[in-house]
Amino acid sequence: MNGMISMAYLFSAVMFILSLGGLSSHETARRGNIYGMVGMAVAIIATIAGIVTGAYWMVAIAMAVGAVIGIFLARRVAMTQMPQMVALLHSFVGLAAVLIGWGGFLDPRLNLTGAEHIVHNTEIFLGIFIGAITLTGSLVAFGKLQGIVSGKPLMLPARHWLNLAAILACVFLGWLFIPAELGAGTVLNLLIMTSIALLLGVHLIAAIGGADMPVVISMLNSYSGWAAAATGFMLSNDLLIVVGALVGSSGAILSYIMCRGMNRSFISVILGGFGSDGGEMAGDEVDGEAVETSFDELADDLDAADSIIIVPGFGMAVAHAQQAVSDLTDKLRRKGKTVRFGIHPVAGRLPGHMNVLLAEANVPYDIVLEMDEINDDFPDTDLVLVIGANDTVNPDAVEKPGSPIAGMPVLECWKAGKVVILKRSMASGYAGVANPLFYKENARMLFGDAKESLQAVLGKLS
Amino acid sequence: MIIAIPKESAPGEARVAATPESVRRMQDLGFSVVIEKGAGAAASFADAVYREAGAEIREDTAACLKGAGLVFKVQAPTDEEIELIPSGATLVAFLKPAQNEVLLKKLAEKNINALAVESVPRISRAQKMDALSSMANIAGYRAVIEAAHNFGRFFTGQITAAGKIPPAKVLVIGAGVAGLSAIGTAKGMGAMVRAFDTRAEVREQVESMGAEFLTVEVEEEGSGQGGYAKEMSQAFIDAEMALFREQAKEVDIVITTALIPGKPAPKLWLADMVDSMAEGSVVVDLAAEMGGNCDYTEKDEKVVKSGVTIIGYTNLPSRAATQSSKLYATNLTHLLTELAPEKDGEINIDFEDEVIRGATVVREGEITWPPPAPKVSAQPAPAPEKKAEPEPKAEEKGEKKKSPLAILAFWAIAGTLLLWLGRVAPAEFVSHFTVFVLAIFVGWQVIWNVTHALHTPLMSVTNAISGIVVVGALLQVGATGSGLVTLLAFIAVLVASINIFGGFFVTYRMLKMFRR
Repeated sequence: MNGMISMAYLFSAVMFILSLGGLSSHETARRGNIYGMVGMAVAIIATIAGIVTGAYWMVAIAMAVGAVIGIFLARRVAMTQMPQMVALLHSFVGLAAVLIGWGGFLDPRLNLTGAEHIVHNTEIFLGIFIGAITLTGSLVAFGKLQGIVSGKPLMLPARHWLNLAAILACVFLGWLFIPAELGAGTVLNLLIMTSIALLLGVHLIAAIGGADMPVVISMLNSYSGWAAAATGFMLSNDLLIVVGALVGSSGAILSYIMCRGMNRSFISVILGGFGSDGGEMAGDEVDGEAVETSFDELADDLDAADSIIIVPGFGMAVAHAQQAVSDLTDKLRRKGKTVRFGIHPVAGRLPGHMNVLLAEANVPYDIVLEMDEINDDFPDTDLVLVIGANDTVNPDAVEKPGSPIAGMPVLECWKAGKVVILKRSMASGYAGVANPLFYKENARMLFGDAKESLQAVLGKLS
Repeated sequence: MIIAIPKESAPGEARVAATPESVRRMQDLGFSVVIEKGAGAAASFADAVYREAGAEIREDTAACLKGAGLVFKVQAPTDEEIELIPSGATLVAFLKPAQNEVLLKKLAEKNINALAVESVPRISRAQKMDALSSMANIAGYRAVIEAAHNFGRFFTGQITAAGKIPPAKVLVIGAGVAGLSAIGTAKGMGAMVRAFDTRAEVREQVESMGAEFLTVEVEEEGSGQGGYAKEMSQAFIDAEMALFREQAKEVDIVITTALIPGKPAPKLWLADMVDSMAEGSVVVDLAAEMGGNCDYTEKDEKVVKSGVTIIGYTNLPSRAATQSSKLYATNLTHLLTELAPEKDGEINIDFEDEVIRGATVVREGEITWPPPAPKVSAQPAPAPEKKAEPEPKAEEKGEKKKSPLAILAFWAIAGTLLLWLGRVAPAEFVSHFTVFVLAIFVGWQVIWNVTHALHTPLMSVTNAISGIVVVGALLQVGATGSGLVTLLAFIAVLVASINIFGGFFVTYRMLKMFRR
């Protein structure tokens, strides 16, 4: 029986790897998702059939309730809210890891001694620690993305020292906890550690600004994986270890890609506080005037242009303008114009967020290109529409070595014939830097809500 | 301040330094504009149109230049014109500072500030003021027109009732602005176009214009400072010549545009190549001014040698005077905007401004040419590592190149730690740990292959499979005999199920939306 279960788990693990592998292209992605579902079903059925001996009704109730809530959330969520949804799901993994860790700790069946006891306790301790940080960190990220908590970084005095003190306290508690036998003291010890880790999670993420959320979410993704892996070690379950490792490295790679997209080190993002120094906006020495354009003029420009690149940013998601963008794209493409999209790796609040929004609005994915694929094409482009993007199109990143965002790879849209920027106001982006793009000779501003503006322009197009 | 636009005195010069449009822009910047009578006539801008735009028309050059604070010209001024320009005024024109030291001295003596438009540095910000590029663009276009005019056949291939017409084969040497413009024009007329350049980085540009890029098999990078080409080694030149000799037998039209700053034009199209070309072929030498790329080129002349027409006209932009005046005038207004940041009709030759510093050749009686080297090149040399390692990501997460010693030390320490762990840890842990480490590596390889566009589905699907912790909770439900553990496990099963179902379902929803 045990052998069969192990084989079932092995099968699941393979399915999960194929599932992630399937995401390497659009064609195989759906099949990959199915693989994932199959792997999960096999794992759960094998566990219930092979190991669980009683309390079937409890399992059934818990899973049914979970399924109803999960599917309800997944059906209802708008694509603009995907970052929140993902953050919330991370917190569930964290919560489950904490609960299972405590369950493992309180499990009266276990009677380990010597090295095994120490290893087991270490695994419990780590699982709860990572799980707790993931839980509250994800909840704070969720709050920030949902607008419940202010997106501004929370800057406590001596916050780095607070973090350090919290971590040191946990290490000390762990040193006491790990060799100790089960008793009232160790329970209290673990309780204190759990509380500290929960607070640490809140504080760590609260100190990170809204624009760094892509990194934070990827990082929490990674944590949730490590938490699952620690749980797997605790329960001696290879499947959990494999999945934890897969998810953990996935999150780590995503964080790395996001950091590279912003040309910032992972450490500086985690230490937080970016874009927060509200007082000193680096809005100096931008000379010249931003020239406003009108719906009519933009419609004429679109008519005259042969090749058009649309650069969307988080502002498009805020204005729910993706459908209008898609309609405009359709119309222009029917007129025989080349319309493409240029996506910056950190556009939006989640890796790949813009792609999902555009897909939702039925924009074909083969005209949605990555920054590296499209950056060289700007000089041959007649018109660029920047919709709700700001820092990701800031020429200072390339041209001004002293700028706070210097070295960040950006979409070099100013090299096109003309750039029209749809924006609410002249305010600076999350990085808090002024954007000289708006003052360029070939740049025009179209102020107002992106959705309404695009619909108005759409009406003017013949 | 008054801006004066005199009529160009050089023979054959049809361009003018202002258009009615630029006159309006100059007034917007706070200047008043005076134009000599008939200055724009050769470029099809009538005096009346200038007057309508707000300019004052004056009878002759002397009257025009009187009281001027700023003089816009196309060609460098003659000695008589220098006499007429008021002392202290600023002159903007093509001055060829590298070859015209005498002129600069004269201007300095008379205390005339001078900006040479060809010295505007080639940086991104200054592109809108780069008159050299706008003129080169027109020269490239015009070169093809001249070639077509002297070529006895069609450019485009056709099959007609009267027989088949083969397409003309055009070779463009030097793919700078002029070369690219020539490629585009020839291509647009239907010719088969090939191009050669010593700078490897222009290959993409050439190919994007629809031409075939020719190369030689010698490894050498021809990029010099500021986006120009540099002189090449003998081995390279030999290979180049061999290539050209081969091409000479095939092509009908050759357009040469090769220039090296401050040096005579390199001789690239030698006498024997011309001789081997078919009769009726055309060579247009855009480097005639600097001595020509072709052995037979005669400056400003059209000659026929062994049946091949060789065109050495130096002022091709002037042959498309309306267009070139428009572009030149626009370049000048951009430069003026830079000179008069306050828009109050006063100019400030600010040496802090990289563009103005580069363009200024005489200031307050002192020759300030050559300028210091530009800080940023418009086209930096291509980074060689781009091609060398296509996928270096997986191995180096963040860290740069390391010395082999450091790598050795890293693995030695890692190995020792592993051995220690194997010694103290229980056997079961060791086998789990093996699985864990291998899984990380598998994950690492698999995830790098995920396309960027699917990163959001990746996150939601990893969310869903993280729900596998449900297995852990299932093991605890009801099996331990402890009510508290069962409760904790019950909640854990519930939230993990939310993840599983929510994660997979939302991924399914998203993936369904992606369509081609």
